[in-house]
Amino acid sequence: MSLTIDEKHTESSGAYRIFQKGNWTTRIDLRDFIQHNYTPYEGDESFLASPTKKTKALWDKVQERAKEEQKRGGVYDIDFETISNITSHGPGYIDRELETIVGLQTDEPLKRAIMPYGGIRMVYAQLEAYDRPIDPQLKKVFAHRKTHNDGVFDVYTEEMKRARKTGVITGLPDAYGRGRIIGDYRRPALYGVDYLIEQKKQAHRLSIGAGMTDDVIRQREEIAEQIRSLEELKEMAIQYGFDISAPARDTREAIQWVYFSYLAGVKEQNGAAMSLGRVASFLDIYAERDLAEGLFTESEVQELVDHLVMKLRIVRFLRTPSYDQLFSGDPTWITEALGGMSLDGRTLVTKMTYRFLHTLVNLGPAPEPNMTVLWSPRLPESFKIYCAKLSEQTSSIQYENDELMRVKFGDDYGIACCVSAMRIGKQMQFFGARANLAKALLYAINGGKDEKTGTQVGPFFEPVRTEYLDYNDVMDRFDMILDWLAKLYIDTLNIIHYMHDKYCYERIEMALHDEEVDRTMAAGIAGLSVVVDSLSAIKHARVRCIRNNTGLVVDYELEGDYPKFGNNDDIVDTIALEITERFMRKLKRWPTYRGSRHTMSILTITSNVVYGQKTGSTPDGRKVGEPFAPGANPMHGRDSKGCIASMASVAKLPYDFAEDGISYTFSIVPEALGKTEKDRYKNLVALMDGYFESNGHHINVNVLNKEVLLDAMKHPELYPQLTIRVSGYAVNFVKLTREQQLDVINRTFHKML
Amino acid sequence: MSTTGYIHSIETGGTVDGPGLRYVLFLQGCPLRCIYCHNPDSWKLRAGQELTADEVFQDLLKYRPFIKSGGITVSGGEPLVQVEFLEELFRLCRARGIHTAVDTSGIMPVGKIKKVLELTDLVILDVKALDPDLCRKISGSDNKNALELLDYLELENKATWIRHVVVPGYTDNLDDLAALAKFLKGFTCVKKTELLPFHQMALHKWESLRFPYTLGDVEPPKAEFMARAEALFVE
Repeated sequence: MSLTIDEKHTESSGAYRIFQKGNWTTRIDLRDFIQHNYTPYEGDESFLASPTKKTKALWDKVQERAKEEQKRGGVYDIDFETISNITSHGPGYIDRELETIVGLQTDEPLKRAIMPYGGIRMVYAQLEAYDRPIDPQLKKVFAHRKTHNDGVFDVYTEEMKRARKTGVITGLPDAYGRGRIIGDYRRPALYGVDYLIEQKKQAHRLSIGAGMTDDVIRQREEIAEQIRSLEELKEMAIQYGFDISAPARDTREAIQWVYFSYLAGVKEQNGAAMSLGRVASFLDIYAERDLAEGLFTESEVQELVDHLVMKLRIVRFLRTPSYDQLFSGDPTWITEALGGMSLDGRTLVTKMTYRFLHTLVNLGPAPEPNMTVLWSPRLPESFKIYCAKLSEQTSSIQYENDELMRVKFGDDYGIACCVSAMRIGKQMQFFGARANLAKALLYAINGGKDEKTGTQVGPFFEPVRTEYLDYNDVMDRFDMILDWLAKLYIDTLNIIHYMHDKYCYERIEMALHDEEVDRTMAAGIAGLSVVVDSLSAIKHARVRCIRNNTGLVVDYELEGDYPKFGNNDDIVDTIALEITERFMRKLKRWPTYRGSRHTMSILTITSNVVYGQKTGSTPDGRKVGEPFAPGANPMHGRDSKGCIASMASVAKLPYDFAEDGISYTFSIVPEALGKTEKDRYKNLVALMDGYFESNGHHINVNVLNKEVLLDAMKHPELYPQLTIRVSGYAVNFVKLTREQQLDVINRTFHKML
Repeated sequence: MSTTGYIHSIETGGTVDGPGLRYVLFLQGCPLRCIYCHNPDSWKLRAGQELTADEVFQDLLKYRPFIKSGGITVSGGEPLVQVEFLEELFRLCRARGIHTAVDTSGIMPVGKIKKVLELTDLVILDVKALDPDLCRKISGSDNKNALELLDYLELENKATWIRHVVVPGYTDNLDDLAALAKFLKGFTCVKKTELLPFHQMALHKWESLRFPYTLGDVEPPKAEFMARAEALFVE
């Protein structure tokens, strides 16, 4: 059926010289290419090269501009006239003489573009927030052109709007790009864009279904859009002087082709998370060949990687201050999944894995790209120690359980955003933000009324009338509320993703997928540890309701003590398991848009602070407005048995019922890891081995002293690169809001003397 | 029937009391009254939580994936006060190949603790002072038993770490420290010697217990001094 690639390209360009053939030579199969050709690396970091002069000079320029960006209030410049798309902006450079990898989102580094298809109102708010005029032309166009946001609000019910307003369902991607889709940015490098276009054209011809039902019509239109975007991708590369219609012939081209493909994605979509995927070990195959052939030196290869990473570090999206309040630090979630193991037992760690991590040394720590190590106790020992060392030095790495995920997603999956695994190029998700379960619990007590506004948001039923809360009574009511919430939530997400596909379709990202993709409907929950501790308090202590003059329960008085989540105590931890499973089962009952499979995450990112602000006092003793714990973390200050007990509690949460990821943020002072460097690295490795063997899914590791953070709050100018990990991603500490900084500082720092 | 112990607290994830990651069990009860004690709330024997050796062991097992290269350390209090409890706990650990350590002052007579020492992989022995009078001044007892224990550990060739707290005005005399270093050189069982700088972090415990605390004005030793002192213990 399809043309074989080796006939077309290898003879003439030598792109596939030395490569071992396989399924990948007759159809698109990146995994097959990697498995046939990669070289596992079990050695240590001693081969790595320092930054070149060019790299240092280029990085100085980037940093200077980033400093200026901070001075200008966080936004360097905005092109407010041009609607961004793949070819909208001509070529831009940091410094043409120094750059080995080229391409910018606009014509100037850090200049932000407008991407209105997610929601034009958001763009107006962005321009207003940063004192930019609204171009009359733009206004004129969008007076007639509908956006995703318009579509959603045409369909939302009053109930949905109420739930959204009080924040019982929150963070919904209904006014901005949903993101969380990972194009297989390796495909253009391996196959050349022309081959991909051929394949899509063939798919278009074959996509006729059993007749022109709306599924088939949508599919045909989408593929046509994908083909168009691939043509534009080629055109964009030509602006920079590259013809990417054919496969990449060496390491530099491979990196450049991958980056162009990614760049096309971030020129067109201001997605909430724009992961890179899993490119390192793919690229290593080119590097191994070129190093053996003497085409490049180690230093030159590292330079290419350093320059790629620099580019990723300056990806910028235009966002509003309210968005920053929720997810501050200007995150882009350019997540790169590193390491892991192959299905056949070989490690997927390659020298390129080291080179990517080494950028944290060559360029210093940074939140982006979001370095994510897929951990297995079977990873090479020297690699584990290297990771521990970098974690201690930079706090810029997150770790996820390759053993858990490989079973479900194979060995060529990436991580969308923070914790969401998906097969690259074969699977996508409909990002669903999260439901605030702590608020839902309060609705259960107040008969569906919001505890802050008194509005009837949930179903109208009898509120708790007794003075003291009764566990079984509260659980019955909570169950009813969760039934209501699950349905409303899935319905809301269905609307959002219908409209996103219709008005803000990710053409280029989906062009770098198979035609038949698996879709998940990724719901999420926030406030799990608040709910669990509240239920434990109701069960094991006495909780008295305090009502306001309208009879609404607005506060609670706790009598006695109760077992708390985070102490590896089954009496309370089982409540956490039960709630997770219960809500997931309820979600599953409702039909989803495009037949997507239900999943759920336990993740908040930095939004735990805002969710806390929007939620009244809870029975666990948390007062109105106080932050939730991030992700699946136990509430701070409530774990009394040390760090392993806390980890062990989180590790119990059932991944099978939260397959979109369970985020845990771990902060420890260096001294608590051991007295000598060697001890500290070894102990950190043992902690992670233990956590992941206990089936923990994700862990952010911060090795920091509280004093450093306090000092950074006082003197931000001294800490431009201070990076910390918070629930699924890394941020520049100094870019957080003050509330978030305080939340991070107040959060449990494990120490033992 | 499993023996009941009086438990002060459990800290999972210790990294300084023995090799690797450790489950650290603090027991109640100590006959000494060290003036710088950082756990004065553990002096009383019949206090804290009551758990059987088996219950503690079951709890410990929950942490096996974490402590594979570490183990359990029992501290206190003086862990060897509850010797039957400890013996049973360590017997269970031995059977499952879990590394065992005790963090002791050596105050208990050797004759009473030989059985539990057999089940112990590492003894962390706190030598308060070589001079018996000074030892009495800081701890309320002389060092006779501790030194006898050290001799016994040497005889049994039992892996031993020595700890010594450096308290300004009491145990920060460089000549004394040099003498201690020289003395310890005679013991091949001693694998490591740690000098611990005195700190004030237990102050709030003394205050809340309303015990008279005499070191309120003592400054922790300076890092430079600790480095000089530590140099004496390096070959």
